[in-house]
Amino acid sequence: MARVESEVRSAAGDKGGLLQWIDARFPMTKMLKEHVTEYYASKNFNIWYVFGVLSMLVLVIQILSGIFLTMNYKPAAADAFASVEYIMRDVSGGWLIRYIHSTGASAFFVVVYLHMFRAMLYGSYKKPRELIWIIGMLIFLVLMAEAFMGYLLPWGQMSYWGAQVIVSLFGAIPVVGETLVEWIRGDYSISDITLNRFFALHVIALPLALVMLVVVHILALHEVGSNNPDGIEIKEHKDENGIPLDGVAFWPYHTSKDLVAIIVFLALFSAVVFFAPEMGGYFLEHANFDPADPLVTPDHIAPVWYFTPFYAILRAVPDKLLGVILMGAAVLLPLFLPWLDRARVKSIRYRGWIYKAALAIFVVSFIVLGFLGTQTATGLYTLLSRIFTVLYFAFFLLMPVYTAMDKTKPVPDRVVYHA
Amino acid sequence: MSDNAKSSRRHFLSMATAVTGGVGTAFALAPFVVSLKPSARAQALGAPVEIDLSPIDVGAMVRYEWRGKPVWVLRRTPEMIERLAQNDAVLRDPNSEEPQQPEFAANPHRSQRPEWLVVIGSCTHLGCAPVERFEIQPADLGADWFGGFYCPCHGSKFDLAGRVYKGVPAPLNLAVPPYRFVGDDRILVGAEEGVA
Repeated sequence: MARVESEVRSAAGDKGGLLQWIDARFPMTKMLKEHVTEYYASKNFNIWYVFGVLSMLVLVIQILSGIFLTMNYKPAAADAFASVEYIMRDVSGGWLIRYIHSTGASAFFVVVYLHMFRAMLYGSYKKPRELIWIIGMLIFLVLMAEAFMGYLLPWGQMSYWGAQVIVSLFGAIPVVGETLVEWIRGDYSISDITLNRFFALHVIALPLALVMLVVVHILALHEVGSNNPDGIEIKEHKDENGIPLDGVAFWPYHTSKDLVAIIVFLALFSAVVFFAPEMGGYFLEHANFDPADPLVTPDHIAPVWYFTPFYAILRAVPDKLLGVILMGAAVLLPLFLPWLDRARVKSIRYRGWIYKAALAIFVVSFIVLGFLGTQTATGLYTLLSRIFTVLYFAFFLLMPVYTAMDKTKPVPDRVVYHA
Repeated sequence: MSDNAKSSRRHFLSMATAVTGGVGTAFALAPFVVSLKPSARAQALGAPVEIDLSPIDVGAMVRYEWRGKPVWVLRRTPEMIERLAQNDAVLRDPNSEEPQQPEFAANPHRSQRPEWLVVIGSCTHLGCAPVERFEIQPADLGADWFGGFYCPCHGSKFDLAGRVYKGVPAPLNLAVPPYRFVGDDRILVGAEEGVA
């Protein structure tokens, strides 16, 4: 032990006392250096690079507000709806905590979608960051499950019927489908039993998985190093101390920039929480203010906005099994981006017009499908959702062809500023 | 013992340990997996339900609940029964070839007795509850509509025997639950045979 402490003392200079005592037993200073004070990321980060930090911020907001909601919420079919109303009306500050949590769910998807789009802009999923992207996609899948199960908990009409629709998707699987659906619900319909288990998954299993995946995501990122808007590897040009010439330390440089983003984000977040928590029915759907009734379907079932692009794809297909398969494929296809994209450059700055056009078509398709998913499925809208479903899939499936054809520009050696 | 024998012995022992551990893990998982199945209480609550038909007027439909699912009982008028034959061309499965009903209901009226339609009122697309639209040829449903059920979720259409139209998302006719008549004006839903 004495030998170890003397080694640490010499390594940590003349720092003594508690820190040294800890460092001899736990790699605190070492980890802080590796991940914070001496983690070098490119100095030309732009606004697209704040959404990772914001995602983590929202995760913390959701966990904290969620803990306080569970203190008053009752996960039983007979009590759930009333306990949410109790939180809204009788618990001091309860309305605020619930609106923070419900707004947080939508905010989570806003920042995560923007974070993912950033990766598509600058090719952040390309070699050597494929694994970071895959872990990120797993986070996205767990987040979808987390949001879906959380939406059942208020036990409103849309909670009930949304769960009914999504769970019955598994019934489309040949042979085992119906048994699987019964196993998921634990009953012959969405019931008290289903609510109870979704609660368990929503507050324990999935948040644990989320937090662990986020840690793995960041560890993988810090192993490889962050990408940048130029899509070049800053580690290829280091100074005599082994520090990337184009890198600046995460603390205090990137963190101070992130702090500005956090303040702006919290201002917008608060504006929604205080002035538009329902967001005109997009964040909290109107039908969900009626208690769940298994015998009456709401006139129009639509998921919350963040699922509507995939829901529109499901509805666009006239065949049930094929619809389910296409919806699943739409969610999972981005997982394969690192191998679908054959371009030799990462960043959109040095790509040709084909990729730029394709990405624009993808963004438009995603947004239009998102809108269509909120509307009733009638003639014109069904036709439109079919057209944009084809475009959505074309973006991914034709990618190996058009990215290989696309004329790219030469990539500079060092990062470039665009003032 | 030679080195070779030693290493093959080690290999055998590690494999044996891994297999034993794997089997043990699988057995340890079993209680967790089966705990998610419908419990004994859920199964008991899914027992048959008796329905009194006498208060239902001709042309009226009443909703009941069985296993948390809506069971619709429609007392069809003679005109409704007649019109069923006009739909065949626009239906996906007019002769009930898909196994969506007990055998006794695999007929054009999809019921034990033509007057009484008993179906699960849950769309075969994604489980929404279709709404009754008994009017004939309304503007929004078109000229081939002679009364039936319309699903507001995704636009699926069913006729008055719960048979699905072509070109809608729902793949199958509405399910007919197992049921049997107990006397002339009572049915037992959830049981085809046996004692009430």
